[in-house]
Amino acid sequence: MRALLAIIHRDLLLVMRRKSEVLTALFFFVVVTSLFPLGIGADTALLRKIAPGVIWVAALLSTLLGLHRMFAADYQDGALEQLVLSSQSMVLLVAGKIIAHWIVCGLPLVLLAPVIGIQFDLDAGSLSVLMATLLLGTPVLSLLGSIGAALTLGVRGGSVLMSLLILPLYIPVLIFGAGAVYANSVGLDTSGHFSLLGAILILALAFVPWVSAAAVKIAIE
Amino acid sequence: MTVNLSTISSNPALVLEANGLCCVRGERELFSGLNLRISTGNCLHVRGENGVGKTSLLRLLTGLSKPESGEVLWGNQSITLDPIAYHHELLFLGHRDALKEDLTALENIQMYAVLDDVALPQEKALAALWRFGLRGRENLPVNCLSAGQKRRVLMARMLTRQAKLWILDEPFNALDTQAVQELQNLIAEHLSFGGLVVLTSHQEVSIPNMQVLEL
Repeated sequence: MRALLAIIHRDLLLVMRRKSEVLTALFFFVVVTSLFPLGIGADTALLRKIAPGVIWVAALLSTLLGLHRMFAADYQDGALEQLVLSSQSMVLLVAGKIIAHWIVCGLPLVLLAPVIGIQFDLDAGSLSVLMATLLLGTPVLSLLGSIGAALTLGVRGGSVLMSLLILPLYIPVLIFGAGAVYANSVGLDTSGHFSLLGAILILALAFVPWVSAAAVKIAIE
Repeated sequence: MTVNLSTISSNPALVLEANGLCCVRGERELFSGLNLRISTGNCLHVRGENGVGKTSLLRLLTGLSKPESGEVLWGNQSITLDPIAYHHELLFLGHRDALKEDLTALENIQMYAVLDDVALPQEKALAALWRFGLRGRENLPVNCLSAGQKRRVLMARMLTRQAKLWILDEPFNALDTQAVQELQNLIAEHLSFGGLVVLTSHQEVSIPNMQVLEL
């Protein structure tokens, strides 16, 4: 447990010392989602309709921007070897790195979503559903992304390959995340969407840290 | 190729042994049928030309990579059986310094202490850094240090790590003559406390109880 907190603390500290990389991804999210209302104009009915999809797709892409940082820097300076050789289980350390990534790249999206939503003329009910779906969905994005980040370690042009590997896996999260907001806006029940998002999150939590830890060990060998 | 390095040991558990190691990189077989045995208080100096497989051998001994055939034993038990227990006793320093450039020397040392499950109060960490001439630089980010000073941070880590087995890849690189002497003293000290050391170096090193393995 102490090691888990230590690795989260370490990764957050490293981000604080080099803020530009993270701010780029967040700025990307804000800019892309702001371009749509500007481009489409003041057709509020249309904006309200496309809002969930646009915000969710922007969230996927901005998560992807920060993913390569998860293991690549540690791989290059040899710290990843030291983590594998430390007297901690690699699964725990990988889980710590995923949590740190979510705090930096996922949580801000949840907090920014209401501000972005206002540009799309979403009402309070839709905004809260949007935040709740992002809260359940963004951890899944970080978890699944860690597999891609670990598998493409040391591969030239790895970030393009990672996008190809990971984006298809994000599709269920996108469908149920955006679907919940849309269902809420037309007055349908959203509990099914939330149950499925929760199930995906639990499934990912149960398997992904082991898969990513194995992928990291293969990359180091 | 066989090296047998044993003095009479009070603790039979502290033996690093390799049986019939074979290492293949790509299409090339680097070495095969390599046996070695190092016991408490002894140092093994692996020598050979560039590309002959020194680093590969060290990585096999740490368990980072798996041999094509053969096995590595720590205390008569294969290192793949309980890797976490083995890693607790092992300190491996590779080519790359594994220090986070944006963290200070002190933060790096303390972070590794937590990950390695070693209790390290701040005074002890500072004392270790000061011993290797980093007084006044302990709170500088590591990217402000020179290559030699980074190696000195690693020496402080070796001192505080409390590992039995040190596997060091080119530990004398980038060090000035005084630091080379200090590192040799540190290794000799470790051996005298019953530690084991495997190292590679192209320089002449004078360390007690040292045997040479030519690859």
